[in-house]
Amino acid sequence: MSAVLASQDRPQARWAGSRDALHSEWTKLRTITGPGLALIAAIALTAALGAIAANAAGCQARGCQIDPAKVSLTGIYLGQAIVAIVAVTVVGGEYSTGMIRLTLTAVPRRWQVLAAKAAVVSAATLAAGAVAVLGSLLAGRLLLYGHGFTPAHGYEPLSLGTAAVLRAAAGSVLYLVLIALLGLGIATAIRDTATSIGVALGLLYLFPIITSFVADPHWQRHMDQIGPMTAGLYIQATTNLRSLPLTPWQGLGVLAAWAAGALLAGGVMLSLRDA
Amino acid sequence: MSVITPYRTELSSSRDGFAQLLRAEWTKFRTVRGWVIGTVVGALIIVGLGVLTASKSMCSIATVTRQNPNPVFHACPAPATGPGGEWVTDSFYFVRQPLAGNGGLTVRITSLTGLYSTHGGLPSGGNLLAGMTRGVQPWSKAGIIIKASTRRGSAYAAMMVTGSHGVRMQWNFTHDVAGTAGKVSAASPRWLRLTRSGDVISGYDSADGRHWTLVGRAVLAGLPATAQAGLFAATPGYTVNSTSLGGTSSVGGPALATATFDRVSRQGTWPAGRWTGQDIQAPVDSALPRSVQGFTQGRGRFTVSGSGDIAPADSASQVEHTLGGAFAGLIAMVVIGVMFVTAEYRRGLIRTTLTASPRRGRVLAAKAIVLAAVTFVAGLVAAAITIPISEHLLRANGNPISPLSAATLLRVTAGTAALLAVGAVLAVAVGTLLRRSAAAVTAVIAGVVLPYLLAVISGVLPAGAEEWLVRVTPAAGFAVQQGAPAYHQVVATYTPGTGYFPLAPWAGFAVLCAWAAVLVTLAAFRLRRSDA
Repeated sequence: MSAVLASQDRPQARWAGSRDALHSEWTKLRTITGPGLALIAAIALTAALGAIAANAAGCQARGCQIDPAKVSLTGIYLGQAIVAIVAVTVVGGEYSTGMIRLTLTAVPRRWQVLAAKAAVVSAATLAAGAVAVLGSLLAGRLLLYGHGFTPAHGYEPLSLGTAAVLRAAAGSVLYLVLIALLGLGIATAIRDTATSIGVALGLLYLFPIITSFVADPHWQRHMDQIGPMTAGLYIQATTNLRSLPLTPWQGLGVLAAWAAGALLAGGVMLSLRDA
Repeated sequence: MSVITPYRTELSSSRDGFAQLLRAEWTKFRTVRGWVIGTVVGALIIVGLGVLTASKSMCSIATVTRQNPNPVFHACPAPATGPGGEWVTDSFYFVRQPLAGNGGLTVRITSLTGLYSTHGGLPSGGNLLAGMTRGVQPWSKAGIIIKASTRRGSAYAAMMVTGSHGVRMQWNFTHDVAGTAGKVSAASPRWLRLTRSGDVISGYDSADGRHWTLVGRAVLAGLPATAQAGLFAATPGYTVNSTSLGGTSSVGGPALATATFDRVSRQGTWPAGRWTGQDIQAPVDSALPRSVQGFTQGRGRFTVSGSGDIAPADSASQVEHTLGGAFAGLIAMVVIGVMFVTAEYRRGLIRTTLTASPRRGRVLAAKAIVLAAVTFVAGLVAAAITIPISEHLLRANGNPISPLSAATLLRVTAGTAALLAVGAVLAVAVGTLLRRSAAAVTAVIAGVVLPYLLAVISGVLPAGAEEWLVRVTPAAGFAVQQGAPAYHQVVATYTPGTGYFPLAPWAGFAVLCAWAAVLVTLAAFRLRRSDA
């Protein structure tokens, strides 16, 4: 009798379960002060570094090879680190406190836990990233004109009405979301916060440093194509697209592949191992 | 009358010694599998990235001959080597004759002019100089020189006027002393004099030919009895380095310097009696071809035109570049250093530790010493393995290996190990301060590794900001890995991205040590004051 009841309940329970899982993950993220403060810091630092870079850039004559959108979005280099760390702590924090055992008791379907975490972290990053990117572009628009990025030198003011700038802006927000998912996947696979942060940041920063030391141009190009950060940031380019080793969206695709790989590895480990 | 005997433990006092504490911390480190594996992985990353960098750095020059139209690839030729063993550029136009024994040479220079190309290449055929712009380069140079022989890289001492750095005395490529400032012109000529006495060459300058000022004294060890002496002209090419965002780009082209000399007087024995013009030129050279360089002589006046440079060559050696993986090794050591402390807080072990050893400063010292020793050894082994392997690979790939002295190699190797050790100590301090591994790892990576990254990847930040980052942040410590020194008398892209740091190697390392010292002090304070 009870077995029949259970089977009748199942479709509704599954739907309600995934909503509850999302709700519980959102509550966890919302009620810890760390992630919220970190994301606010990410917004502030991203916009601030962008403003500093825009203030330091200069174009004296026509034909300077500077990409104004990329300059304004320089802050992503710093913001991505914080976003990755927030994503890592969402999982790593549960393992360090033992909360993960409670989480997995409440939601025994482990892929569902990972999906809920990914959804909540993505949404939070999407919101923070959008504010950070808009702030950076606004700072760039206000500052760059005074530093020689004028129509006389071949530069239109930065505006989301330009297709390339819109792509760079939207792409940068997506970039941050993918970085968060990469961090989440790594942390789920490794389970330790400190190690996961080291691995995530090492992975991001490793490829550009190798590129700067390898002398062979063919390999430099190859390294830039496969590095999650170098390839992903091609999405910010609005000038000289032909000189890029990949098209902007292909570049973001490389990062998406890294993030998907990390999430897959994390999900498989999560479902195979004891918590 | 009761006698109060204070409590004395029956345990021997050596149980409370610092050696015991070190042993306890070493046991903690040794028995956590993840930390040992992490240290080994950090060292392996350094070796692996070094080998990868070296094996993917190839250098070859293709030659095509009439008989064999398929290109033949050769290893890149090494630049000439100066008396000090460093790579040098030695390419100039030399109007010379032998000087036997002691003697001297005095000239007056009335003009230094120049031509340069702004667009890279030269027109093929026709008048080579048509279309070039008038103007001298900052380090265009012309004057008098006493040189051991006409072999490139041989010892020399020279007095010269320059494009915008006044009169200089330079010798053996790396030495440079300033004389009278200001530009040379017919209205304001410069008199220059070089005298040889044994191995010592003295350089003088004068505005009027009567009142002479000693500019410098060069000792050229082993200068042969008969040296080559005479007039010379040379100029490096025109370069504009735009080091703004979007990368460092360098545009420019070859240049030519022309100087007018008169009142040439010789002291001592000059057996040949007449002047010979010779173009000292490297086989592969960016200087202008032979046909436009040369000299004319008439009625006591000499006009000498030359291209090239007499200066140290840009030789940021690739051998120390293969230690670039140190940053990844440092991330591993930082994570271990932070966890060495924060894991105790998380598990509550810190209370046991502090009960066993109530003097808290000594606990922190023991942790720092154990971790510094472990990471230093790991880094030293990694660097000592990486350098010979990558040098071999670079050589096999046709790269000329720039000569690094044994002392420099030792400094780069031990410096890399010390960089990891101090970085790990800094991580211990930050871990003690913050007690939370996520926050501490983030803080250390953002403070040490991120500035290095932003400085090294050219194009992310403007050049000025790059330099300040590796001057004031703990990332300044990476300067200890710089192999070749930067020279002010050479116009080159000296940026962190090309392997040059604004601070001297040990000064940069001292900045990192200062950060570590301050943070360790703060950590000791926090450890003593706060409850565990």
